Amino acid sequence: MFWPIVAIVVLAISPAMGWWFPTEAFSPLGKQIDNLFYMILIIVGITFIGTHIGLGYVLWKGVDNKAPKAWFSHGSHNLEMLWSIAPAGILMFISLYQLDVWTKYRVQSKFPKDMITVAEVTARQFEWRIRYPAPGKKLQPTPQPDDLYTVNDLHVPVNQRILIRLRSGDVQHSFFVPGLRIKQDAVPGTIIPVWFETLAEGDYDLTCAELCGWGHYKMRGRVLAQRESEYHAYLKQLAADQAYDGHGDARTGGADVVKVEKATDKK
Amino acid sequence: MSNSHAVAVQEHQDHHAGHHEPGFIGKYVFSKDHKIIGIQFLMTTLLMLLVGGALALGVRFQLAWPWRAMPLIHTLTGGLFGSEGGQISPEFYTMLFTMHASVMIFLVIIPILAGAFGNFLIPLMIGADDMAFPTLNMLSYWFMWPAIFCFGLSFTIGGLNAAPANGWTSYPVLSAVVDASPSAGAPQTWWLIGLTFVGVSSMMGSVNYMTTIINMRAPGMTLFRMPLTIWSMFITAILQAFALPVLTAAGFMLVAERTLGFKFFVPGNLVINDGAPTIGGGQPLLWQHLFWFYSHPAVYIMLLPAMGMVSDMLACKVRKPIFGYKPMVYSMAAIAGLGFIVWGHHMFTSGMNPALGMTFMISTMMIALPSAVKVFNWIGTIWGGKISFDTVTLNCVAFISMFIVGGLSGIWMASVPTDIYFHDTYYIVAHFHYVLFGATLFGCFGAIPFWYPKMFGRKMNDTLGKLHFLLTFIGFNGTFFPMHMLGIAGFPRRYADPYIHPYMEHLLPMNRFMTLCAILMGLAQLILIYNFVSSWFIGERASRNPWNANGLEWTAPSPPGHGNFDIAPICYRGPYEYSSPLNPSDDFLMQTDQIVAR
Repeated sequence: MFWPIVAIVVLAISPAMGWWFPTEAFSPLGKQIDNLFYMILIIVGITFIGTHIGLGYVLWKGVDNKAPKAWFSHGSHNLEMLWSIAPAGILMFISLYQLDVWTKYRVQSKFPKDMITVAEVTARQFEWRIRYPAPGKKLQPTPQPDDLYTVNDLHVPVNQRILIRLRSGDVQHSFFVPGLRIKQDAVPGTIIPVWFETLAEGDYDLTCAELCGWGHYKMRGRVLAQRESEYHAYLKQLAADQAYDGHGDARTGGADVVKVEKATDKK
Repeated sequence: MSNSHAVAVQEHQDHHAGHHEPGFIGKYVFSKDHKIIGIQFLMTTLLMLLVGGALALGVRFQLAWPWRAMPLIHTLTGGLFGSEGGQISPEFYTMLFTMHASVMIFLVIIPILAGAFGNFLIPLMIGADDMAFPTLNMLSYWFMWPAIFCFGLSFTIGGLNAAPANGWTSYPVLSAVVDASPSAGAPQTWWLIGLTFVGVSSMMGSVNYMTTIINMRAPGMTLFRMPLTIWSMFITAILQAFALPVLTAAGFMLVAERTLGFKFFVPGNLVINDGAPTIGGGQPLLWQHLFWFYSHPAVYIMLLPAMGMVSDMLACKVRKPIFGYKPMVYSMAAIAGLGFIVWGHHMFTSGMNPALGMTFMISTMMIALPSAVKVFNWIGTIWGGKISFDTVTLNCVAFISMFIVGGLSGIWMASVPTDIYFHDTYYIVAHFHYVLFGATLFGCFGAIPFWYPKMFGRKMNDTLGKLHFLLTFIGFNGTFFPMHMLGIAGFPRRYADPYIHPYMEHLLPMNRFMTLCAILMGLAQLILIYNFVSSWFIGERASRNPWNANGLEWTAPSPPGHGNFDIAPICYRGPYEYSSPLNPSDDFLMQTDQIVAR
């Protein structure tokens, strides 16, 4: 059977050809997910090669069979037991071994305690609306007058545990950041907490992974992981831009910003 | 049916004596004969296979040459399809993949297995002269046509440029609020009505199959002497009967929501397409639960009959009894039973309670077990056989091989943490095409030449069959294996133009390669159609039992007349007694043979 060989060759050259993960995982949970992927790849790879060698062998022997008649056999109870119990054990192991990562990722009581709630992300046709609290304040469940709004670019401080509140304003979307290995559907009528941690500064592509209409492919966003000082500077700049009423220096906006800066200093 | 052979023959002749031959319309159009209905189903589904394939090529074309005008299509159809100048618009792209999936699932795979082969084979294999309810059987075929009409209508309403565009899964809110997906419009409602007709058609078939298999088996045909094809059809019928009502109900709820203003799925305060905020308190996840409660068992409806048929063909082609007949039956039953409690694995990222994610992961892993047992038993069946390599064997072996690939790639999707990454990427597209095309359609491509002599009294051309197999196999793997790589690279499904995202730009050449393979695969199907039609007229004439097989269907004439059997069969043993020492002169022992020598 030439087919397993082709498959293995393709798998072997894939990482070099760019047909593999877009980048390494830049989040701790993402790294664990990758490790689980490789663990399953090994188990599945052995099974795939084993079954195909078996299939190829019995076919080759069967075509070459010189006996007057085929082997008259209705099966073997022992073999049936063997190949029921062995896969059952392996499958149980795979599923139980993974519960830990899933729990950390989704079960709220197991979430890290030191998370900062950065923003509320509301997916719409066909953009990501982002609501930050004013610099130095905490994100409130309901919109506040001094909240900061932007679209598609989600700025987060690097190396910190980030919580976002994921919502949908119209239809179902899905918040997918391949570089961080996170995906969570945004369900209309529900607010879903999503947490992640970035391990390196940089821009991570944000895409939509649930069909949301004709412009589904256009929902291009970014998660920008920045040093904490840069992140706070960004929020201040955003506050200044938002408060700018057309008078004075556009970079500082006006008196509002000064107050905000004081609040930040206190912290 | 009587227990005595002689009485059975007598009854049979009486039946014929009192029967007048129906006219042409009654015989070939509104026929109540299960064989004609089966062939009608087969022809219809092969036609729909071409339609669905053409839609898929549209999808592939866009992914390989985004926004390029489609060659030929534009001139041929006078610019009716796509947007200006034959270019595929994003709206049209969503329609293409929605209708590709709908046609392939509801009008090809489900009816070709249950409708075509189920109808043709069940009475012949259990030794009955027809289905239990012939009129219901006829209706089950003719209820396909309103469905085809509704699906087709959904393409033509709104000037040939509107169709359901919300995916075959049709998740609300997108599918429930007209403004959310304006291009879908009225066709989305027609599509839902079409779905109901398909459901009615399947339900009629399923009731009929269950009754026939339980009540009309030939004398001596005990449950554990039934061929695995019959077991698989029986289990499939049960699955359909219990799962379909849920989909039908969900479909009606969605129609009511779209047309009558009910609020099942749409929550309040959504501003859709800059309209007024929605009112109501629906829950979008409700649809997903209802939909997948049907559609996951449906995956097995689309697979189990192929498993059964491949078991029958394989045993015949390797001249060996099935390895572990009872484990095969029990594993099919286990797949069907577990199939009802794994639907949540489609919803791992949906935001449902994470405890459900764990439960569904474990039940999903467990459903891999009976599938593994079946694979090992097929390999065991080939072990020590005497194999003749013809089209049927090649397709059966491809079935096993592709099913292994499709089954194994499912393990990543069954594990919740890795599914977080792979959900709704091309990884899942690769997975289900390996199972539905790689397994089910290769099984059907084997079953067509295997039972063709019984359908038409002639054999199909084996050389053309092998050529068709080879091109399809190469085209199939060239198209779908790279999808695994795309999935790992984070390539999401249903994107009209993924290349606007920088991390996917470099995947364009690979998509071109896949599209070329898909075109090859599409063209290869013309060989099948040519072979199918031409063999009807010029194929080699077949005897009653051209493959030296054991089943009851091979004791009937080829093709069987009205009422199937000229001698009512009596069953003495199981269907897989190939190479039995009880028959020293030959390597098969038919179910109707009394012991020939001691």
